[in-house]
Parts: sequence; C-alpha cells; structure tokens
Amino acid sequence: MEILDEIKKDYVTDLMKKNKRPDDREFLEYRPCTVEKGIFPFAEGSARVRLGKTQVVAGVKIDLGTPFKDRPDEGVLSTTAELLPLASPTFEPGPPDEDAIELARIVDRGIRSSNAIDLTSLFVEQGKVLMVFVDMYILDHDGNLIDASALAAMAALLNTRLPKIEGGQLIRTESTEKLKVSQKVVACTFSKIDSHIVLDPGLDEVKATSARLTIATTPDYVCAIQKGGRGAFTREELFNLVDVSFEKGNELRKLLD
Amino acid sequence: MEKPKLIIDGKRCDGRAMDELRPLKIQAGFLNKADGSAYVEWGNNKILAAVYGPRECIPRHDASPYRAVIHCRYLMASFSTLDEHGRSGPNRRSIEISKVLKEIFENVVITEKFPKTAIDIFIEVLQADGGTRCAGVIAAAVALADAGIPMRDLPCAVASGKIGNEVAVDFGKLEDNYGDGDMPIAIAPRNGEILLLQLDGMFTKDELRKAVELAYGVLPKINALQVEALRTHYAVKKDELDFRGD
Repeated sequence: MEILDEIKKDYVTDLMKKNKRPDDREFLEYRPCTVEKGIFPFAEGSARVRLGKTQVVAGVKIDLGTPFKDRPDEGVLSTTAELLPLASPTFEPGPPDEDAIELARIVDRGIRSSNAIDLTSLFVEQGKVLMVFVDMYILDHDGNLIDASALAAMAALLNTRLPKIEGGQLIRTESTEKLKVSQKVVACTFSKIDSHIVLDPGLDEVKATSARLTIATTPDYVCAIQKGGRGAFTREELFNLVDVSFEKGNELRKLLD
Repeated sequence: MEKPKLIIDGKRCDGRAMDELRPLKIQAGFLNKADGSAYVEWGNNKILAAVYGPRECIPRHDASPYRAVIHCRYLMASFSTLDEHGRSGPNRRSIEISKVLKEIFENVVITEKFPKTAIDIFIEVLQADGGTRCAGVIAAAVALADAGIPMRDLPCAVASGKIGNEVAVDFGKLEDNYGDGDMPIAIAPRNGEILLLQLDGMFTKDELRKAVELAYGVLPKINALQVEALRTHYAVKKDELDFRGD
C-alpha cells in the first residue's frame, strides 16, 4: 500500500507542476456536490451528501437528558464521526481514532462557535434539557471528508424536527416544531501540495498533501479553523484562503436551501 | 453563571495590556530519566514535557522505513483545574490536541535521519490556566532540543483571541472560558510559517488578521525565552571551567 501511495503522490505532484489536477478541475473548484435531506425518517433529522465519489450521511437524534453541571440552562450538542470500515480499505473497525475525533470536533466547532443551534432554546425544565446528537457516518472515502461531513451535519440539523414532550417523555412520532437553526455554517478545506494549494482535495490529492487547512464560515464570520498535516502555511496564504472560503462558502450554502 | 467583565478601563481582567504576555518561565532538563525534558510555568499553567528517543517504535507496525515517527501524548492531570476531579486518561479533546501537536513536531524534527524509530513526546498538564496546548508546544520544543534531537527550528506557540470587539494575546483561563473566540497558533520562528492553527468563536476577516498579527508580534519573545532556557541549562558558567593544577 505504501509503495502505491508514494507513486500516486509523485504522480499528483508532477501534475500540479503542470497546473493540472488528476480530475482536470481548477485549483479552487469543488467536485459536483449534492445534498439530500430527510433520507432516514426514523431519525429526527438526516441528510446525505455526495461530494464527487465521497459519500457521507448524517443522522440527528434528540433525547431528553440532564444538562452539564456548569450549564444548567442549556441543552447538549454532541457531534461524532464514524469512519466506517466499509468506506475505505484503510479504515479499521474499532473506537474512533484521532482522525475521526478531529473530523467530528472540527464540524462541532463550526456549529458551536456560530451558535447555529441556540442551546438555551433546548431547556425543558429544571434539570432536564434536550440533547442533540449529530452522528456523521462516512460511507465512501474519496477525499475531503471534512467539508462533506460539515455539509451533511448542517443539512441534517436543518431537517431536524423536535419530538413532542408529554409527561416527561418524548413522543417521537409527533413533532411540535423544527429545530431552530440560525446559521448555515459550511467548511472549506484546502490542501497544499508542493507549493500549490487546491480546494476540495480528492483522495489521491489527500495522499500528496503536506498541509491541510479547513476554514468554516457563516456569511460574515470565520467560525472555525483547523490546520492539519506536517506541512506549513504562510500568513499570506492564510489570509488569501480566508477570502476564498467566504466566496466558496456562499456556493456551498446554496446547496443547503 | 454571570459573565465576568473581561476588560476594565481598557485593561484585561488580570491587569494586562492587550498585547501583554503572562509571566513565562521555562526550565530545560527538568527530569532525570527522560532523554530530554522541560518544565514551563506560564501564568498559573504548570506543564511538563519529556522526550524519549529516537528509540524502538512500539507498536512496531507504526514504524516507517523512511523516517522516525513521532508520537505525542498530551494529557491533563485529574487535579489540574479548579473544577471537580477530572477523569484520567485521554478524552476526545486531548486526542485531538495530541494529533495537532504531533504534526508541529513532524514538521521541524529531521525525522529522515532516524528511519524505523519513534520519538515519543509526553506532555503532562499538571495545572491548567488557559493556553495549555501552546504551553505544551513550548515545553515539548525545549525538551526535544534538550534530548539532542536535530530540528530545523524551535517551534513556539501562543493563543490570541477575541474579547468583545477587541483582540488580545495569551488568554488566561477566565478569558478562555468567557471570551468570544480563541485562536492558538504555532510557528517556525525562522521562516514564520504556520505549523498549528485552530480557531473557535466568530471572527470577521479583519479581526482574524489582527489576531494573527498580534500573535506574530509576541512569538519572538517566547522563542527568545526558549533559547534562553536552553542556553542557561547548557552554558558553562563563568569561572566554572579553568586550567586546574594540583
């Protein structure tokens, strides 16, 4: 496997030098992307995102639970990611590894920082709040899991209905209203390959990546950033990619309507 | 809980100016058994870093024929905060931090020199006062140098962030908890490249730029303290070495 990865890495790097990408895209161009909401009616919210050959589904479950001790009047938001073994020959069964945890926490950070979900609106009564579980399941790994997962999570949240509460119990088959989502947060991920920077890296490009930068935005604010990989970015590259993220973010947001 | 006032008469809650660091002390070679180590006190942060290696890579299948692999374990002690007793062992937060810290050192350590080995970095947060991952970077960098591991640069880190519409550097615990955004950044000081960058909170384009520039303004000071710590540990003191007769 390692030999093949090295060959692919050289192949992609050589292409970049000729200003080309393996699938002939522009450097700052997304693969075709589709978002479908409400694909799993048993979940309170759900969505599927296809980004090129990457495929992610997200499900939202709403439970009744107790608030965190230091935030007694706020609901709970929990975001996790599962790198399912069926999605890639390199994913193994087992508890979430550092990649899965990082992925989930980047998506979580964007949603949390932007207050897209008003957690105080999830307060039910003293000691009782609604808990929102957003679980992202990776079904096909063809690169750029972060943007696809962020989009799936956001779409699923936008699709989420709040179950009826009666006698301290949730009645999931009857819903009172939709979950309020005040912001559409989207993530843009860039790969640095050699000295080139591309948006939405495919799997072969991921393998050739020295450094990765994810910038999550609302229309007016940057609400999460995560740099990954052993490589580095300069300040100028960062500021430039922030501009690109606002612009491309608006394109992604349209998919959520 | 009531949100405390973080800016009073143009100063921060602990009396600092916006671009002022908390007192930072670094000691190289703090431990006896580790190949390299460092202890950092930064505000009320108390952080220990130790380095072992290059040594045999465990688990073995992690080893690379091309370079040394770097393992990094960042952990907070169960008694490190003013909150209740913490659970021991890694959690999701510490696993993420360990990963991004590892990537910093993969950049600067000349790993190609030591194929099939591992370099293990352990960062223990004994007392946490905001900005522990940055303090961890500072300590681990000095510990690596103390272990004699060749590096392209000595990385340094600081977090800047947002308090209301103001941007400030080196957040304390209170600012961390009640501020409006936090942006840890680590760089390689010689070429200024960004090795770690995370952000939460809502930043406009201008605020982000300001936060980055503020961090770049103080990072050279932090780097100088790291170098000084190593110099103090290794330099021969005046009159310590001389011609000696019987």
